Amino acid sequence: MKFTLGWLREHLDTTAALDTIVEALTRIGLEVEGVHNPGEALAPFRVARVLSAAPHPQADKLQVLSVDAGPEVNGGAPLQVVCGAPNARAGLVGVFGGPGTYVPGADITLKVAAIRGVESNGMMCSARELQIGEGHDGIIELADDAPVGTSYADFAGLIDPVIDVAITPNRQDCMGVRGIARDLAAAGLGTLKPLAEAYRMTTLAPVEGDGPAPDVRTDDPAGCPAFYAQAVSGVTNGAAPEWMRRRLTAIGQKPISVLVDITNFVSVDLGRPLHVYDRAKLSGALVARKARDGEQVLALNGKTYALDATMTVIADDAAVHDIGGIMGGEHSGVSDTTTDVLIECAFFDPDHIARTGQKLTLTSDARQRFERGVDPAFLDDGLAIATHLVVAHCGGTPGAITRAGEPPLEPRIVTYDPDLCRTLGGLSVAPERQARILLSLGFSVGAICQPDDYSDLLFSTIEGAWPVRVPTWRRDIDGPADLVEEVIRIEGIDKVAPVPLPRIPGVARPTATPEQKLERRVRRAAAARGLDEAVTWSFLPEAQAASFGGGAFTLANPISEELKVMRPSLLPGILSAAERNLRRGAGSVRLFEIGRRYLAEGERATLGLVLAGDRRARGWREGKAVSFDAYDAKAEALALLAAAGAPVDNLQVMGEAGEAWHPGQSGTLRLGPKTILARFGMLHPSLVKAFDLDGAVAAAEVYLDAVPGKRQAGFMRAAYAPPVLQAVRRDFAFLVPAALTGDALIRAIRGADKVAIVAARVFDVFERATDNGVEKSVAVEIVLQPGDKSFAEADLKAIADKVVAAAAKLGASLRG
Amino acid sequence: MTDDLDHMRDHLLAAVAAAPGLDALDAVRVDALGKQGRVTQLLKTLGGMTPDQRQAEGPRIHALREAVTAAIGARKAALETAALDARLASETLDMTLPAEVPMAGTIHPVSQVMDELAEIFADLGFAVATGPEIETDWHNFTALNIPETHPARAMHDTFYLAGSEDGDERTTPRVLRTHTSPVQIRTMLDQKPPIRIIAPGRTYRSDSDATHTPMFHQVEGLVIDKGITLGHLKWTLETFLKAFFERDDIVLRLRPSYFPFTEPSAEIDVGYTVIKGKRVIGGSGDAADGGWMEVLGSGMVHPKVIEACGLDPAEWQGFAFGCGIDRLAMLKYGMDDLRAFFDGDIRWLKHYGFSSLDVPTLSGGVGA
Repeated sequence: MKFTLGWLREHLDTTAALDTIVEALTRIGLEVEGVHNPGEALAPFRVARVLSAAPHPQADKLQVLSVDAGPEVNGGAPLQVVCGAPNARAGLVGVFGGPGTYVPGADITLKVAAIRGVESNGMMCSARELQIGEGHDGIIELADDAPVGTSYADFAGLIDPVIDVAITPNRQDCMGVRGIARDLAAAGLGTLKPLAEAYRMTTLAPVEGDGPAPDVRTDDPAGCPAFYAQAVSGVTNGAAPEWMRRRLTAIGQKPISVLVDITNFVSVDLGRPLHVYDRAKLSGALVARKARDGEQVLALNGKTYALDATMTVIADDAAVHDIGGIMGGEHSGVSDTTTDVLIECAFFDPDHIARTGQKLTLTSDARQRFERGVDPAFLDDGLAIATHLVVAHCGGTPGAITRAGEPPLEPRIVTYDPDLCRTLGGLSVAPERQARILLSLGFSVGAICQPDDYSDLLFSTIEGAWPVRVPTWRRDIDGPADLVEEVIRIEGIDKVAPVPLPRIPGVARPTATPEQKLERRVRRAAAARGLDEAVTWSFLPEAQAASFGGGAFTLANPISEELKVMRPSLLPGILSAAERNLRRGAGSVRLFEIGRRYLAEGERATLGLVLAGDRRARGWREGKAVSFDAYDAKAEALALLAAAGAPVDNLQVMGEAGEAWHPGQSGTLRLGPKTILARFGMLHPSLVKAFDLDGAVAAAEVYLDAVPGKRQAGFMRAAYAPPVLQAVRRDFAFLVPAALTGDALIRAIRGADKVAIVAARVFDVFERATDNGVEKSVAVEIVLQPGDKSFAEADLKAIADKVVAAAAKLGASLRG
Repeated sequence: MTDDLDHMRDHLLAAVAAAPGLDALDAVRVDALGKQGRVTQLLKTLGGMTPDQRQAEGPRIHALREAVTAAIGARKAALETAALDARLASETLDMTLPAEVPMAGTIHPVSQVMDELAEIFADLGFAVATGPEIETDWHNFTALNIPETHPARAMHDTFYLAGSEDGDERTTPRVLRTHTSPVQIRTMLDQKPPIRIIAPGRTYRSDSDATHTPMFHQVEGLVIDKGITLGHLKWTLETFLKAFFERDDIVLRLRPSYFPFTEPSAEIDVGYTVIKGKRVIGGSGDAADGGWMEVLGSGMVHPKVIEACGLDPAEWQGFAFGCGIDRLAMLKYGMDDLRAFFDGDIRWLKHYGFSSLDVPTLSGGVGA
């Protein structure tokens, strides 16, 4: 919302300086986003008189002028200026820019220069060169008595700073300059002028003539509860008055014609959208009604909109002329030849406007105001002001007014206990002061309806909680908390003093949940193991999601195809990151991410990790570089599961990691046959290729949500004393069937004597081709822990026999 | 006899001293102390002596044996040491060659800041709460006093999910949460007051330019109790920001603002000082070289929101606030490009990331 300081002063009688006003606006919740003073750029330009004009000796279209720019320029002596304007002539008073001056409309800085051999010491300017208008037929011509030598911007009143304020959606009233002025007056920065005075009207009474009342009605009281209209005949449409054009231009609106500009001006000045129809283009009654399915309208923005039966339109017998309260139609708009107009001042239901606007994705100044709720009590005044402006600037005769429908005017009373200001807002404000603030904002407090009505005597008659009547223009206020905000923002929210939150009694307890603590542990364990934590998008391209089982959720309005499907796995995101890193020349990439994967059954905490490039760079000790393999991924998965508190010794390694993985070099880690805690291994080469990665990539995904929680049993640990007797180690070398897995063999061996054998592990695997196929041998080390007494040779032999027998059941035999 | 012994001793000791290696030394030992050795032979003569002779010669012969034995032992140790020294000398390596130190990994700044927030707020009695990122319309908007036709919805640039238009708005997920505020609602529905929580997490808005990413991180705070006022809100945020930036000169400026789910509402600006062209948090924004930076939105929880969660607004009131975590990280640690947060560039991660050992604690400091 932009307006100029001069514009504000039409409504606010104030002596406050710009800085004070800007500071106050932000303080009361109307955040100033910027102050721009177009007049500043014009400061160096002066009013100057052309003393003489002679033809340029070398060019037909140029003249050589002698210019008097006043006593402060060139010591008062005339300057020689070369000028190409057709209207340049002796005696003309115009606008001069000297050497060193920046000309905003031409984007040049003037300097002394020879033009076709004649020295020129500056420039006589056109309106376009100063960006104050479109005129470029010639240089600016001022009145003969304009004071030569003075600042042109001062003389022309162009020093009028533009203030840009961010209006929060609750403050429809401040989408008009007058609402802002009212807030500033309440904040003590001046007095709100009577509205009639701001419009140079003696009274706001409707300007009604003898002509017939227009034939308008509303057939859609829900969407358009009230439709007021008045005709003015015999108008002349032309350019708006200078002051109106200057204001609209200053806030970035392009003046169009006086009739259009009047509606735009009132919309910004009072937050009251209006519409003006050319009566010659209407046929029959003008009706607010629901659109019919399939109806279309060509709107003023040049686009055609398809309407449906939920939308309110303004239509006549022939066509739809207006998307009610949002945008007018192209056909019935006013033009240069318009002589009879119909002025619409209607009330549209905010919810209807919002829905229609959302459906059509059509934003307009009118929609913004109507959907936030314009003042339903301002229809007569709005129409009176519009008609007054039309008659004043276009001539014509107003007719009678038609008031179709009823605007919603039920009074809204909030019961307000002024102590709430302290108990909710944390600020003690005397009740008298609170009452005055509310009154100045347009509220009534008890029987006091106007700030001027306030007297201590009258105020003292209000007992207990106050009945506060909300002004019709404040749709946002519907409870006592809203009134606290009104009082505090005007009194100064910065006056609220900090009050310590009381400490919660008792000793400190952990505030993180077990799931959060698990995530933290795993995150720091991963970083400690040399992995770098990445954060990648939660959404993926569809194809990437499909490679990992497909996404359960797709965005209806993605920002791009790349960010479309909620990820079913964390791997695609970090694989893409790995690819970027390798492309940038990284030798080794170890990335992990902790976040959620999004499944139809819920959002699940997950850790994904990718190992790409070299596990070990080439080196003087170990020689060639070594790539990551599936066991690296397995090691990470197990280490992180251990950090998560999973029972890693009880996990089963199984296959079926899925299609994204290398079928022979991947696996799952399961707790029981069904609960998958992790997938690990090499990724499938075709998937790796789809991510533009070269070479083999290892990865793992750990499902933190599947890790069983630890039982909370206090701080005490189970009793334990290290065994007194030393453990014994024994090695076995087996010839095994080629298909036998190491895990199966170890499980069988551990099962051979669950008491004595406390550990068993494969320490060598050897395969060779023989005439009878592949011969595979596996060497296993077992650890035997004696209990009360040492093992005798016979005990050890018995255990060894059991081990060999258990292995034999799997087809393994001791190597000879 | 005496001269012979002395002579033999000198001879043997000389031989020991002259032995060039362990083999030669052993030859000397056999020659002297072996079964047929000269000293051994002398000892055997003791048996044929008279007691007087034996008393005179015995100690001398024994002394000879001990001297030779000791000399051999000493010479042996010396030879072994020399041999070891020689071997070690031959094993010298270039200790300047590189050793492989495993690369340490890093913690992402967003995670680190979340841990810092959890630590600071734990001290104030706030627990960490979480909620779904794929939210229902009701939790993300309606319960927060943002009905479907509310203009504030347009400001949220919401991502909608395909194929969820027809479900019940209370249970059917329809949007990616645009803020962490729905966790407020879930917490109030699940827990009885008093409530003190922070809710950090991922949030989404359909916005992408130099300073906005479609995914970002927010932390929400909520206190519901009896007698809570805007004054408590101000103190809490002041305390939090002082602890977070580890500065006592944090100055807050409250500005009235608007959020549908709080009333009164306030934006919180923090004063900064321009030092060497960079904005550094601290000091009054009104100072000559200072300014104000908007960092938080906040307010007293709207009575309608409290009501929507099944609580009586006449009994319970409280405050809520929300703040961008990525932005907090940028302000504290000086990154200037938000987009880099989500690229996974290991050079950036190594530079701006944190050691796994830098766990934020109150005793060790919440800034690493």
